[in-house]
Amino acid sequence: MAYRTVAGSQTYAFADLKDLMAKATPLRSGDMLAGIAAATAEENVAARMCLADVPLTAFLNEALVPYEEDEVTRLIIDTHDALAFRTLSHMTVGDFRDFLLSGIATSEVLAAIAPGVTPEMAAAVSKLMRNQDLIAVARKCRVVTKFRNTIGLPGTMAVRLQPNHPTDDPAGVTASILDGLLYGCGDAVIGINPASDSVPVLSELLKLIDGIIQRFDIPTQACVLTHVTTATEVINRGVPVDLVFQSVAGTEGANASFGISLATLKEGREAALSLNRGTLGDNVMYFETGQGSALSANAHHGVDQQTLEARAYAVCRPFKPLLVNTVVGFIGPEYLYDGKQIIRAGLEDHFCGKLMGVPLGCDVCYTNHAEADQDDMDTLMTLLGAAGVTYIMGIPGSDDVMLNYQSTSFHDQLYLRQVLGLKRAPEFEAWLQRMGITEPDGSLRKQHGTHPLLAAAPGLAA
Amino acid sequence: MSDPAEDGDLPADKGIGNAVIEDSWRRLASITPARIALGRAGTGLPTREVLRFALAHAQARDAVHLPFDSARVAAEIAALGFETVEVKSAAPARDSYLRRPDLGRRLSEESVGLLGELGGAPADIAIVVADGLSSTAIHAQAVPFLTAFKARIAEAGWSVGPVCVASQARVALGDEVGELLKAQAVIVLIGERPGLSSPDSLGLYLTFAPRAGRSDAERNCISNVRGEGLSHDHAAFKLSWLLKEALARRLTGVALKDESDLLLIGGHPPPARIG
Repeated sequence: MAYRTVAGSQTYAFADLKDLMAKATPLRSGDMLAGIAAATAEENVAARMCLADVPLTAFLNEALVPYEEDEVTRLIIDTHDALAFRTLSHMTVGDFRDFLLSGIATSEVLAAIAPGVTPEMAAAVSKLMRNQDLIAVARKCRVVTKFRNTIGLPGTMAVRLQPNHPTDDPAGVTASILDGLLYGCGDAVIGINPASDSVPVLSELLKLIDGIIQRFDIPTQACVLTHVTTATEVINRGVPVDLVFQSVAGTEGANASFGISLATLKEGREAALSLNRGTLGDNVMYFETGQGSALSANAHHGVDQQTLEARAYAVCRPFKPLLVNTVVGFIGPEYLYDGKQIIRAGLEDHFCGKLMGVPLGCDVCYTNHAEADQDDMDTLMTLLGAAGVTYIMGIPGSDDVMLNYQSTSFHDQLYLRQVLGLKRAPEFEAWLQRMGITEPDGSLRKQHGTHPLLAAAPGLAA
Repeated sequence: MSDPAEDGDLPADKGIGNAVIEDSWRRLASITPARIALGRAGTGLPTREVLRFALAHAQARDAVHLPFDSARVAAEIAALGFETVEVKSAAPARDSYLRRPDLGRRLSEESVGLLGELGGAPADIAIVVADGLSSTAIHAQAVPFLTAFKARIAEAGWSVGPVCVASQARVALGDEVGELLKAQAVIVLIGERPGLSSPDSLGLYLTFAPRAGRSDAERNCISNVRGEGLSHDHAAFKLSWLLKEALARRLTGVALKDESDLLLIGGHPPPARIG
């Protein structure tokens, strides 16, 4: 169905809903690369004016990616919760924005409508929102998950301790883990991106992290971020696996380029559940996403990258993940050109995920071929802290020496906690105090001499 | 939040001393290239670390834009005994290469013609040496890696097409090259995007039955090949293991798991046996 609106002296026509969405989205290099972005600034605003009048029900009747061709669309439509949607069923996209910002949309109401919000609805309303709107509404959303601790409680922010090493050297990995723990990081997960995809190496890394968690009785979980099919194989060999990881995207074709389908994810989750390793809950999945992945896989169906990113959260949702994060600046300048685009995308992704009831964290990051630097990351992490982000990454000195990009550091999370008063997962916070790593107010204690954790350090105990 | 008395030394009689809190585990920093035990000023990095980071970022930014000396690289590879040919992607310059990855995945029309005219016999493997996002990496790593890999090629007796030295190129460019050269598999050596501590990291991508449109799930990757990462010798061993498996099982990608580490002797690859 075609859409049309008058803005200024011009009449603008949009071929269909996906064209309208692409033209209404804030400008970014990936949509320009795909050839679907608005041609002028006025066309961009005209599309937003037109989108504001579209009823939310239109997204249930007009699929942006064809139902017959795409299992993600089928998942979204077939599992849509009509009862939860009833509150919203009479609204336009513009009404929806006003409602979300209003006092009527409390944390309880937002949790109740989440199963009725499709990714396309979340993406559409985000396109009408300024950065402050994305922050204000996301902050009201509550998504709590559990494995060995409780993540997502109001006033908390967790951190993934990311101890990557260029050759997966066990001593080097251990050194980064200890540094991170002594800086009060690791409640989201101790999760390593291995350089290798060799099963023996992955198994050793899992045993290493699990060994540290067991030895010091740390209320957290381990993950080696490898392909879901590899994790399943590792589980079958009897290796301890807490969380199963997978990168996911918003279309069947893009997921196929990752070597997965919804069925593969289901098998991975069942394998992890069979081990029954969670003590507080059974959220066993860890997903990563990022705008631009579907275009990168040439599986975008002419849909804008932000809408497809929200569809990736629909892929995550039925698998009840412990953690989902958007790796927002990793993909490169052809999708998110500079600091401004990365910051906007990070806030959009976090908002859409939370609105849909997904525990969204953010890898606040950039690569060396993007027009961004540490100042842009400071801005985004501070905004996300204010928005109630579930977790961020903790990487020694912001420098990932394996993946070759810059993310947030152990120091950065300390800054956010101090400036915004954010606490850790309560079980982990209590552990840090018991270990003499933090003060009762959560700040770091000055360490004198050798901390007991350092007994695990290779070559240091002697 | 924190008690000022806990933040560094504040001797009453000497005014404010060093406000940096050093980490008692600094010795650990010697066993990893990661930036650990940096110390802190309040919750922030000490001044020395902020500046060290800024310098590394500046160097990595410069490395992305350093021009690729393809003629020199081609000459050095030819000196190893490989036939070589220089090709270009459809991206005319660095700026368009960064904004238009699709152009970097395709050969220029001229290069398509050039490879079409070669018309050699089908080979077991095609090799592409691509600048990618770090020409620094190719300048430093391509020749020493190919020196190590040459011994593995001789050991296995594989036939190799001309080595294509490709400018403004991305990984998928190898698919078109492999198809034109009628190779069973294509190996792409490519400059990985530079990290702060590693502006010179080489990536290796192996794709069986290369043809335009292959997805990344159909490839195997070995990354971080450089002095402080995976050694040239070890990378050559891993790649030859994967290549043997790929040619025998007629596939690459997620269905082919790297288990070459099981054959290591004391952490080192066994030497190539030639003859």
